[in-house]
Amino acid sequence: MTGGRAKYLIGAVCIAISTVMLLPLVVSVLASLKPTEEAAASPPTYVPHGLSFDSYARLWQYQQGLPTYLFNSLGTALLTIALTLLLTVPAAYALARFPVPGKEVFFVILLLALIVPYQALLTPMFLTFARMQLTNTLLGLAVLHTAIQLPFSLYILRNSFAAVPLELEEAAIVDGSSSWQALRFVFLPSTRPAIVTVALFAFIMSWNEFLGALVMMSRSSTFTLPLILATSRTETSLGGTDWGMLQAGITISIIPCVLVYLLLQRYYVSGLMSGAVK
Amino acid sequence: MQRSPWRRLVGLAYLAPALFFVLAFTVYPLLQMAWMSLHNWSLITPPSFVGLANYRRAFTDHQFWVSFLFTLEYTAIITPILMIGGYLLALLTVRNTPLRRFTRTVVFIPVVIGLGVSSLLWYWLFSTDFGLANRFLLDLGVIDEPVLWLGVDADVSNLAITTSVVWKVIGFGMILFVGAIQAIPTEITEAAQVDGAGPVQRVRRVILPLTMRTVLLVTLISVIGSLLAFDQFYIMTAGQPQNETATSVFYVYLNSFPYLKLGYGAALSMVLTVTILAFTVLQLALTKRSQS
Repeated sequence: MTGGRAKYLIGAVCIAISTVMLLPLVVSVLASLKPTEEAAASPPTYVPHGLSFDSYARLWQYQQGLPTYLFNSLGTALLTIALTLLLTVPAAYALARFPVPGKEVFFVILLLALIVPYQALLTPMFLTFARMQLTNTLLGLAVLHTAIQLPFSLYILRNSFAAVPLELEEAAIVDGSSSWQALRFVFLPSTRPAIVTVALFAFIMSWNEFLGALVMMSRSSTFTLPLILATSRTETSLGGTDWGMLQAGITISIIPCVLVYLLLQRYYVSGLMSGAVK
Repeated sequence: MQRSPWRRLVGLAYLAPALFFVLAFTVYPLLQMAWMSLHNWSLITPPSFVGLANYRRAFTDHQFWVSFLFTLEYTAIITPILMIGGYLLALLTVRNTPLRRFTRTVVFIPVVIGLGVSSLLWYWLFSTDFGLANRFLLDLGVIDEPVLWLGVDADVSNLAITTSVVWKVIGFGMILFVGAIQAIPTEITEAAQVDGAGPVQRVRRVILPLTMRTVLLVTLISVIGSLLAFDQFYIMTAGQPQNETATSVFYVYLNSFPYLKLGYGAALSMVLTVTILAFTVLQLALTKRSQS
């Protein structure tokens, strides 16, 4: 039948699509490895004629230096993961397993938080943060990122806590465990995949988030990686945009996301599915 | 089991931090925004109550409409591309052969990188003199001279930005569609095949109707994402030419931060929130109807 030819056609289409999707990333990484002069050439070369880490060296020393910006981005992301888990794990436990009064009201509030876009709330949040001296701090930005991520995370975790068999919890309680011990020794081990998923999404969101950081961080020493890269286009020693350095920055920003995704793909996709199939 | 009143208290204690957090960092700002929108306030002068003046002002503000309509146009263009493209990619890669799995993984990679960073990447690709887009199109002979992609003509900018965002997010719909299609029991698709339905008919009559819920849901997520577009425009065109490509969120940002018109910015934010809410309700109503 058409089987053989169709199979090759589908294979060719798959390869073509993969190539097109990978191409922008590949040319960006290649451009980050061009020597200084070639990186600034117009028209640009497709493939570097020589390889060098000059662009990375310039990025390393750009303004406050790459380590500062990496520290800011990573610090915010880790704080966001910690805050999100500290708030949502106990809350998910309570919602799934305790007769909490006013549970329904809380769900309505959560739904509201899910629908109201944080982009619209930035102005009042900025004023509150300014009063609490949280602007220009990693903790402040992490609080904002946690607020963005909290409804989705709580939803995923609550479902996961609700799916833990009652017998397991009862056995722990019969053994005289407190609710806290039940959480530690029964629930945390059985909900580990959901916890990894929540941490993963929190990391990727925080590492990538742009507008909130733009609003909350005005001092360049507190900039995250995307912010300093966006700013670097206009202020470089070469006069115009330092394209090589920009590509080096883009490459460095992309690596953690892609690595984390490839390593934890299973959690990522299952998280999306359970988050979307409400 | 312990006594119920005690468990209620313990439960409340576990819930309290998250509850407090949501009240402080979502509910309170929302109320504050509503209050601000009724005031004239510029940080330097104290707020003064002006009633609905900020809202009335928005309706006669030319830039508000330019931004609002541009955002709608952008959403109307990109949504069908993402839905149809994502669905076709899902149909292509739904079976679990190594090559198709690989293609799925590759198409999804841009979804996990940041929109800000991907916009910077495409800002370079579409740069007039230094970008590979012009170099490639010149070499192919598609264009005779470098195109000014970004910030000169609103439609050309929109085309370039739409291209970059399609690349960035098309994998999102694809992955969810693949999940939905794979969840269809094989007996159903096989039965259709036995009945003599060709591939196109199988998709139209069986697969598409059975995955409609997911299609509507992804459409909702995608529409909301596009209505809230900011990063790509801020980075790639900075709203140029003449703020023609400044989206709704961009205009809120401009008013609230560089211009410090806090009251007016809050009113615009309220309008934005209501727009998003309206789209959500509409979409959820559609989803409900498609189920019954």
